[in-house]
Parts: sequence; structure tokens; C-alpha cells
Amino acid sequence: MTTFIRYGLIILLLLVGKPVIAADSPVAFTNPLLQERYYALIGEIRCLVCQNQSLADSHADLAQDLRLEIYQMLLAGAQDEQIIAFLVERYGDFVLYRPPLTKSTWPLWFGPFLLLLFGTVIAIIMIKKYGTDKATNTKLTESQQQRLTTILTEDSTQERS
Amino acid sequence: MIRYLLPLGLFIGLIILFVFGLQNDPRRVPSPLIGKPAPIFNLPTLESADVKLRLDDLKGKVSLINVWASWCAACRIEHPLLIDAANKNALNLYGLNYKDKREDARRWLHQLGDPYIKSAFDQSGKTGIDYGVYGVPETFVLDDAGIIRYKHIGPLSKQDMDDIILPLIKQLEATAS
Repeated sequence: MTTFIRYGLIILLLLVGKPVIAADSPVAFTNPLLQERYYALIGEIRCLVCQNQSLADSHADLAQDLRLEIYQMLLAGAQDEQIIAFLVERYGDFVLYRPPLTKSTWPLWFGPFLLLLFGTVIAIIMIKKYGTDKATNTKLTESQQQRLTTILTEDSTQERS
Repeated sequence: MIRYLLPLGLFIGLIILFVFGLQNDPRRVPSPLIGKPAPIFNLPTLESADVKLRLDDLKGKVSLINVWASWCAACRIEHPLLIDAANKNALNLYGLNYKDKREDARRWLHQLGDPYIKSAFDQSGKTGIDYGVYGVPETFVLDDAGIIRYKHIGPLSKQDMDDIILPLIKQLEATAS
């Protein structure tokens, strides 16, 4: 009975405990839709202080301020695009983990496909070249064929004896 | 022959790419604000909550905005250079005291000297956000119309000041009047 109560309490605690997603952001949402958008946004924006962390992950002072700013803008009814535009205006495209397609980001978006194409072409050339080499080499001349047969028959007679 | 030259060529190409890539500082993110009007601000000054400093106060002259804070160690490195430059040149140098405590910032200026005409007191950091500040100290060069012409991130070196900032100010002043 006591173990039952103990496990029951643990499960209860796990149920009521709030999942910790963002690093210390004291935000409270009454609207779950806004909350969803908030977490989606702060996960998509790069923190400029610790550049390999998103706003959601970063403990930097600036990240806290920007999270608060995003929170307030969401409560004020701003669209996601407006919030992203607000940040890009100030910090540049660099804040976006998914940079927009511009002249300077062209290699970023299409470079991998170009490399893939390059690799495929090289692979095709190699396969064609070495593939045909082997194919021609498998054909033995008549004298070679004779030698092979004698070796094989010798081998089998040795095994039997 | 091409069998050996091709990998060698690729290797040399990669090395060149790395050498150039490593010279770039990923912390220096180009500001989208260059060539655009400086964001408007209206902030209390460091000396008094009743005295305001507005962007309009800076217009009409080529000016510098230096973002600093007493908690910022790199600002301490940069500070003597600002004092020296302000003494030698007639700089319109304004401070933007970023996310600081008023007493700490005042004590800092009292101890180390005050090169600024005035310092705006941005306690919440909102003006800092408008200016895209992420690595204090930062320095902005504004032309007489209040357009941002240059932004420097991190402490200014003597070389930055002599080779970039001061010539730019001279050039902007020549075209202004």
C-alpha cells in the first residue's frame, strides 16, 4: 500500500511539473497558441552573444531581453513575420537559423546540390572507366584459358589423391 | 598525371579557403543599419533623470555614439583612447550607457574621466536593441543628417581610430558643409 502511494506521488509530481524548455524565461501565457508560437520563435532565432545557441537556449543577458521583447510583441498581437522583421532590421539576416534566399546566401542553399551533382558525375565517370576495364580483362586469351583448365584439373586430381 | 594533380589542386583550394575563412571574425556581424537613419531615442542622461538626450540633439553635426557600461571590461581597455581622441579632436562624442546602474556608471566616469558630451542612460537596454547592440563596446558614426555611416563592434584600437573613424569623420564633415 505504501509503495502504491509512493509511486502515485511520483507520478503526480511528474504530471504537475512544468516542462523546462527555455533557459529562465519568466513568461506566462494564458493562450496556449501564443505559447506555442513563442517557443517556436525563440527556437528559430540565433542569439548573437553565444552564436551557436538559439534565444531559447541562451542564458545571455541580451537573449533574456529579446525573449521578453518577443513575449511583449506577441501579447500586443504582432504576427510572427512582424517579430522576425523587427529582429532582422536590427541584427541582420544572421539572427535567422534559416536564412532567406538572397544573392549572398545562394551558395549556402544550392552549394550542397552542386557538390552532389559534381560527386555523381565523378562517380559515373569512375564506374564507367574501371567498370569497362574489368569487363575486358575478364576475357582470357585461348592460351590463358588452356592454362587455367590444366591448373584446375591438376588441383582437383591432387585433392582426390 | 591528372590523378595526382586533381587531389593536390583540391587540397590547395581547401587550404586557401581555410586561410581566408579563419581571418574572418564570426563575432563581427555586418549591421543592417548602415546607411539607414539612426533609430530614434529619447532617454534620460546619466547625470540627471530630468535632463533628456534625444537623437535630434545629435543631428546637424557628424557625431559618434559609443555604447558602454561600467560592467564591461573591454570598455575599460578602450576608454583611454576615447579620452585621448576627444582631447585632440573636436569630436561630437556621445555615450550610450547600456544596462548599467546609475551610480556605478557615474563612479566609472569620475574615476576614469569623461570623454562624452553627454551619456544617455539606457537602463532597460531597449535603445540598445534598436541599435542592434550585442557586444559592448560598440561605436556608431552618424552623419549630420543622422544616418548611420559606420559601426564598430568591440573595443576600438588606436589603429581603428586613426585609420577608419577619424578619416571617415573628416570626410563626412567635408561633404556636410
